[in-house]
Amino acid sequence: MAESGVIPIALDTATGNVRPLLHEIRHALTRLLNTGEPTVIDLGALPLSETELEQLQAQLGKGEVRAELHALGVSLIQETRYSGVWLIRHMNESQESAGMFIEISKMPELLYAQMEDIQDGLGRLEHELNEQPPF
Amino acid sequence: MTSTEFLLWVKGTGFTLAIAVFAAGIVLRLAEIWSLGRKPDLAEAKGNANTAGVRTIFNRFIPDKGIWDRSAFIIIAAWFFHVGLFVVIFFFVPHILLIDSIIGLQWPGLPTPIVDAFAVITMVGLLAMLFHRITQPVKKYLSTFEDYLVWAVTFLPLLTGYLAYHRLLFSPDMLLAMHILSVELLLVLLPFTKLSHSFTFLLARWYNGAISGFRGVQS
Amino acid sequence: MPKNTLGEHLRQQGMSRRSFLKFCSLLASGMALSPALVPRIAQALEATRRPSVIWLSFQECTGCTESLTRSHTPTVEGLIFDAISLDYHHTLQAASGHAAEAAREEAMKENFGQYILVVDGSIPLDNPGFSTIAGISNLDMLKETAKGAAAIVAVGTCAAFGGLPKANPNPTGAVPVSDIITDKPIINVSGCPPIPVVITGVLAHILTFGGLPELDDLGRPAAFYGQSIHDRCYRRPFYEKGLFAETFDDEGAKKGWCLYKLGCKGPVTFNACATTKWNEGTSFPIESGHGCIGCSEPDFWDFGGFYEALSRPTGQTGKNAVYGVAAGTAVGAAVWAMNRAKKEEAVRGHEKLTMDELNREGEES
Ligand code: SF4
Repeated sequence: MAESGVIPIALDTATGNVRPLLHEIRHALTRLLNTGEPTVIDLGALPLSETELEQLQAQLGKGEVRAELHALGVSLIQETRYSGVWLIRHMNESQESAGMFIEISKMPELLYAQMEDIQDGLGRLEHELNEQPPF
Repeated sequence: MTSTEFLLWVKGTGFTLAIAVFAAGIVLRLAEIWSLGRKPDLAEAKGNANTAGVRTIFNRFIPDKGIWDRSAFIIIAAWFFHVGLFVVIFFFVPHILLIDSIIGLQWPGLPTPIVDAFAVITMVGLLAMLFHRITQPVKKYLSTFEDYLVWAVTFLPLLTGYLAYHRLLFSPDMLLAMHILSVELLLVLLPFTKLSHSFTFLLARWYNGAISGFRGVQS
Repeated sequence: MPKNTLGEHLRQQGMSRRSFLKFCSLLASGMALSPALVPRIAQALEATRRPSVIWLSFQECTGCTESLTRSHTPTVEGLIFDAISLDYHHTLQAASGHAAEAAREEAMKENFGQYILVVDGSIPLDNPGFSTIAGISNLDMLKETAKGAAAIVAVGTCAAFGGLPKANPNPTGAVPVSDIITDKPIINVSGCPPIPVVITGVLAHILTFGGLPELDDLGRPAAFYGQSIHDRCYRRPFYEKGLFAETFDDEGAKKGWCLYKLGCKGPVTFNACATTKWNEGTSFPIESGHGCIGCSEPDFWDFGGFYEALSRPTGQTGKNAVYGVAAGTAVGAAVWAMNRAKKEEAVRGHEKLTMDELNREGEES
């Protein structure tokens, strides 16, 4: 019997998708500059080999901002070497990778405080001040 | 009928029927030929009939000068076609597994891209021969419906097999079903048409060689 | 139909707007939709009212429900279940017997014409007594419940195509849902079991777009069943090179070669396993070293054995070839006898030419 570790479970066949992807990012950045329109790319919809994913990440590098979101599990948001290009990695509540996206925008949509949540927070604050003032 | 049901039928009942007809047909044809019989040749043998017979089976693969000069084109096309067909049928791994299921014999196959190349060569050879048939007035005159029929039933398995391997035009299960069906058609018709030369050529060559060998002349 | 919208419901459960947006983008990704559609999905999901879902289980093994409920919790799949109001599911609901049936009848009455009917398992036509729930035969229950359904989702190969119960010789006379209900839209989510995210993806699609997803010719959602396993298989380069594992533990198997010879049905099987994968995206059967058994295709149990290569015939060809040879021999012997008889007759009828006759002919001409 072979040890299961001996059996390669994934072949690293290059897809050649990294270059086109970088060009897509370039176009999206131009669009962002000219019209302000943001773009989201779903990396799950695009076959990339392990090596290629690493190549892509190395090319994008790390920029100035790194944010961590705690909503339905952790999401890591990393600005890349190219300002305005964000790498977003969503995890579910069991810490498993649930999706990876590249967002080209001034600020990732998910980082903005959302009106509904602001509303909720306000309601909560008012309630707390009225009912059970902490101080 | 869904494509899956179609595929299941051709893989099951259809194939069983086709193989039974094919086997029965070949045995019948062989029995027919054998029963024609020949009277014993009472003349003194001037050479060995059997060795000449066997030799002739092989040396007829090489065309003689006269025929070559007159029909080089058709000889080349036919050669490519026959060799290609042989490789495609007997060296494609899924085919070997199929044959193993029937007669219990296996041998190593060739890498698929090589078989694929042979399939293309085979089809080009067949097309060239069809072109020749319809453009040469004499040959066209001599051609009957059967000639076109056997051409078509030989070409179809190649075409559908090529499409199935490359997964073109139809869904893969549909393509596979069409390919198997076309082969079944070929199997059923083979013993009863000119296609029977695929086994009778052995008898005919042997016989020609044997007569000459017996008389001590070159075949 | 529940009064509140899905948006309201989720907020009540304490889900933040950010979480909702994250959920929507993962959902879009799961449904193979462009991220540009996320705002639309969010909008539609927020405003939709949680649809009532009635889940009927007939001749089945509960594997489909297991597949769904054992999927990573709590995630997209789990949340979709929050997004519907599952009013009847006799494995999952607390009530049983008459109370359960009462819940079904109530849901049917309240949401007539609007509920989604999910079915797993096939329906026996041979004898209605083969499978009953609360004394009601599967056939009657399906017909009755289908009447008020907006759409039917046939979950699993049994409900979609008949599955295991329908396998040769089909002792119960099992049929799929589509053989009985012909006047309602039916979505076949086949697989034994189906991939959880495909089940929820279909429900999500109905929720967000209010209609049916695009279906293939077998009624399966094209987004998930549009490509064959073989076309997305990472072992495909080995297939092309003609490198096949011959046994499950030979060198080829260790090197990850193609499993065609070991019976892989990937070339004619349509499903999302190779891309979506199983067990939290860990792997799928071929990645674990076992060929695809074709579980999302009709009649896959009768495909000639899970370990028989696809090109092998399913009938007993060898034996029948022998019968063929026997028949050919018999007819051949008859032909031979006839030829013989003819020849002997010819020999008997053969008269030697005499000199006289030759001379006479010469004189006549
Ligand atoms: S393992 Fe199966 S699906 Fe993968 S390449 Fe081989 S035959 Fe195709």
